[in-house]
Parts: sequence; structure tokens; C-alpha cells
Amino acid sequence: MTDHTRSGISLRVNDVSHRLSVDNRRTLLDALREDLGLTGPKKGCDHGQCGACTVLCDGRRVVSCLTLAVAADGAAVTTVEGLAAGGELRPLQEAFVRLDGFQCGFCTPGQLCSAVGVLAEHEAGWPSAVTADDDPERTPELDEAEVRERMSGNLCRCGAYPSIVRAVLEAAARQGGAA
Amino acid sequence: MREFAYQRAARVHDALLAVAGDRNARYLGGGTNLVDLMKCGVERPTRLVDVRRLPLDGVHVAPGGGLVIGATTTNSDAAAHPEVRRRFPALSQALLAGASGQLRNMATVGGNLLQRTRCGYFADLSRPCNKRLPGSGCAAIAGVHHNHAVLGHSAHCVATHPSDMAVALAAFDAVVRYQSLDGGGEIPLSRFYLPVGDRPDLETALPPGALITAVALPGVPGSLRSRYRKVRERASYAFATVSVAAALDVRDGVVRDVRIAMGGVASRPWRAGSAEAVLRGARPTPDRLRACAEEALSGAEPLPDNGYKVLLAKNLIAAVLGELAAAEEVG
Ligand SMILES: Cc1cc2nc3c(=O)[nH]c(=O)nc-3n(C[C@H](O)[C@H](O)[C@H](O)COP(=O)(O)OP(=O)(O)OC[C@H]3O[C@@H](n4cnc5c(N)ncnc54)[C@H](O)[C@@H]3O)c2cc1C
Ligand code: SF4
Ligand code: FES
Ligand code: FES
Repeated sequence: MTDHTRSGISLRVNDVSHRLSVDNRRTLLDALREDLGLTGPKKGCDHGQCGACTVLCDGRRVVSCLTLAVAADGAAVTTVEGLAAGGELRPLQEAFVRLDGFQCGFCTPGQLCSAVGVLAEHEAGWPSAVTADDDPERTPELDEAEVRERMSGNLCRCGAYPSIVRAVLEAAARQGGAA
Repeated sequence: MREFAYQRAARVHDALLAVAGDRNARYLGGGTNLVDLMKCGVERPTRLVDVRRLPLDGVHVAPGGGLVIGATTTNSDAAAHPEVRRRFPALSQALLAGASGQLRNMATVGGNLLQRTRCGYFADLSRPCNKRLPGSGCAAIAGVHHNHAVLGHSAHCVATHPSDMAVALAAFDAVVRYQSLDGGGEIPLSRFYLPVGDRPDLETALPPGALITAVALPGVPGSLRSRYRKVRERASYAFATVSVAAALDVRDGVVRDVRIAMGGVASRPWRAGSAEAVLRGARPTPDRLRACAEEALSGAEPLPDNGYKVLLAKNLIAAVLGELAAAEEVG
């Protein structure tokens, strides 16, 4: 049994492995921003209410402000910095740029990571609150209502929602996820 | 935030021992409520025992049409599970109506049951709150309470329980399974949450230090045709003002079984037993459904600023039962 209030942890962030010593109180968000200098994930509310800090943890989107770094020990984390493999924007990012999926850009890193999660969840056949639950076997089609609901955990103070939805739908179509 | 020790438990017994050995220890699930409350200073644990690696996740099919959902199953995995969607659609819908995609990926079934109220004064250390600090008073009664309880509250606390999932579990007579160092046990959801009384800080019947291991759902007639509907102040990502989980089993035009539970109206998921009795054995005509909805709220005692919830709850019950009855006719 440990009585230490600090822990040694390892994180694989955007395909780079790190060993860190963290105060157990450190959130994953603060570890990424302060310890690893990855300032893509943003601190909007620090209480799980805005989605600006969204990252992918072992492939699933989570809010890093309510994730303790110590509890993420051993995880593979992807931040917005890791989305463009080899410096090449992925279709989702390219769609955000071309369709004006942002204004100030503060919420964008969280929106992008969340959208990556949405596309994967949809591909896995997960339903949402607006999915008609008449056939549990059928994968719901991604339409505007589905994207709005699935992306509702990401607030945008600039109100770029219509173009964010368009960008996600376009990326889904390109991935073959919209049909 | 106060400093704390952290450990990951690999076995249930290790987790129980770790929490038993430290009066201020807490189990850590997804942390979506606990870490938030630690940031506010409401929770001040000296040790966190992370339960997410315990072998307690997954959904298992039980004999008789029921399911057992492990305590560390995430809210999103439970909601997306084909058997949950098929056998208990209202449970899947309730889970999906809660929080956001990110939070559901983190939140566990056990943590969801034990999440604390969203009453703003509870999280505000500068204000009196009997739930946070017994005997200090209740700031909500004379303060902001438009989203507080209309049923089963007391002069000591008028807060609501925020879980959507628990409302569906209440409708289906779910049972909470736990382990403690004294052995294991089961608590029906109907007795899991304690009445408010004069100790709003005492919320559940779970023995001190016990670890929730699973939630068991018995096979329920009509559960296949069940529905969860939630009204809130925005279209998504908000707690319920009022919600309803209902199931209806109609045969030969007569109601054989009906389940009605409400969220957002009381300190716990509120099963409307007397209202169910109004419908059982009757034809689900619009008048009967309305009478049933009236009965469900007959004991309501709204506060000065939340009377709207009474009418809202009645309308919601009548609407959801009406939809279920119409679906029964078609199918
Ligand atoms: C912005 C926001 C919006 C939200 N909206 C909704 C909503 O609309 N509807 C809704 O229902 N919920 C909502 N939630 C709440 C969310 O569903 C809960 O926070 C979550 O379900 C808690 O699960 P957890 O695993 O993260 O619990 P934790 O935060 O890890 O733990 C909560 C409590 O449970 C205890 N605990 C955890 N696991 C166990 C166990 N196995 N045995 C015994 N004790 C245990 C912990 O010690 C702690 O006291 C929202 C939360 C946020 C932050
Ligand atoms: S309603 Fe309950 S939780 Fe809210 S201030 Fe009063 S005692 Fe505290
Ligand atoms: S900063 Fe994490 S959700 Fe707002
Ligand atoms: S682009 Fe400014 S907050 Fe979304």
C-alpha cells in the first residue's frame, strides 16, 4: 500500500512515450499542458461542462479535466497535436478549415478530438439519444440531428455549430461513415 | 484540493481492504463526479482506490430475460450493448440522455448510482447546506430552487437526484449488488436511496466501505416496449427538469403490467406505484392515462418556484404512456 501523494506514471502521447512524476492531484489536462507542453487541449471550465479539454484516451474521447493523470497511467493519449499524422491534415481537419468550422478556435482542439471519437463510435454501431431504437442491430445513419446530439458535449462560444456539423458530416461521408 | 494517496485495485478484496483501512478513502470510478467535487472542496478524500481495473465490467444475460451489468461497465458500453437496447430500451435511452459522449465514456455504472446532487448550494462551500454540512441549514428553500424536488422532500433538503440511469433502473425493479468485508449483499433499488428525513447527508443504504459490484435487472414483462423521455432546459447535455421511464404490457386491450418512474422530481428516482395501480387491469384510454398521471403527482408539494414541474410531469407521463399504448396497438 502506498501512502505517497505523488506517483510515477507513463503515458504514450501522440505516439511518444513519457515517464512523469506527478502529484496525484494533477489532472491529465494539466499534465499535458504544463508538464508536456501540449497546449492544444484547452482549459475552458475545468469541470467537465464544455468539452474544450477533450482528448482520446486509449481511443475513446474523454474530458481530460476530470481525468486524473495518475489514473491514466499506461494510457495511449491522442491530443489535437497528434491528429495530423506526418503533418498531413486528416479529412476532418481539412473539412473544418474549408467549411469554417471555427471562429476564435478556442474550442476547436476539443471539437476535433471529439469528432474523431464520434466517427469511431458511429462506426462501432453505437446509438445516440436521437437514434430511433426500433432495431438495436442497425447502425444509425449519421445525419445533422445525430451529429448535433453526439457533439453536444463540446460547446462553442462563437456559435460555429452549423459549420462544425457540416464539417463532421463531410468527414463522415469521406470515411464512408455517413451511409 | 487536499493531497491524497492513489492506488489501483486489481482484486475486489484489495479494494475493500484499502478503503476499510482509511476512513477518508473513496472508490474512484470514472471520476466525473468525485474529481469535480474534490475540485470544489466538497469531497476531501485522503486516498483514492481506483476500481476501474477490477474484473467487474461487462453485461451478462441472466435467466428469465434479465441482465447483470457490472459496476465498472462504462455508461457508454452499457447504453450501446445490444441486449440492453433490446431488452430494456428505456435503460439504454436513459444512459444516452445523460451527460455527454465524453463523460459517458468515463462514467461507470457504480459511480452513476452514487453521484451527488447538482444543487448549486451543495457545491458552494460559502453557503449553508444540510447535505454537505449537516445542521447548517438549506440555502435552496429560500433561494434558487426552480429545479428542485416536488415530491418526498423535507424541511431539511429539497434537492433532486441527478441520475437518468437510476430512473430506468427503478422502473425495472433493479437490484444493487455489493461486496463488503462482512460479505456480499443485494439491495433493491426501491430501498437503495434513503428517504430525505432530517439527514439528507445519508443518501443510500449501502453499508460503509461497501463496493458496488453490479446491478441486476430481472426479466420484466413489457420491458421490451419501454421508453425514457427527458425534459431539460436545452436539447442535450443538461440534467433533467423532469424525466419519465415507463414500460407497458398490454394484452387483449388490457394493461397487464405497467412501470412508471420519474426523475428530476425527488431526492431519488420516484416510482409511481399508486399510479401504476390506476392503470393495471384497465384499458389504456386517454382518460385512464390522464387519471394515472394525476395520481402519480397527487402527493406533490411544489416549492414556490417549481410548480411547473407538477404539470410537466403529468403531461410527460400521459404522453409517454400514450406512445407506448399506441405502439402496442400497432405491433
Ligand atoms: C457536465 C456534466 C453533465 C452531466 N450530466 C448528466 C446527466 O444529464 N444525467 C446524468 O445522469 N448524469 C450526468 N452527469 C453525471 C455523471 O453521469 C456522473 O458523474 C457519473 O455517472 C458518475 O460516474 P463515475 O464513474 O464517474 O463516478 P465517480 O465520480 O468516480 O464516483 C462517484 C461516487 O461513486 C463512488 N463509487 C464509484 N464507483 C463505486 C463502486 N463500484 N462502489 C462504490 N462506490 C463507488 C465514488 O467513491 C464516488 O463517491 C453529468 C456530469 C457532468 C460533469
Ligand atoms: S436542497 Fe439539499 S443539497 Fe441543496 S442546499 Fe438544501 S440541503 Fe443542500
Ligand atoms: S475544461 Fe474540461 S470540459 Fe471544460
Ligand atoms: S470557435 Fe470560438 S469557441 Fe468555438
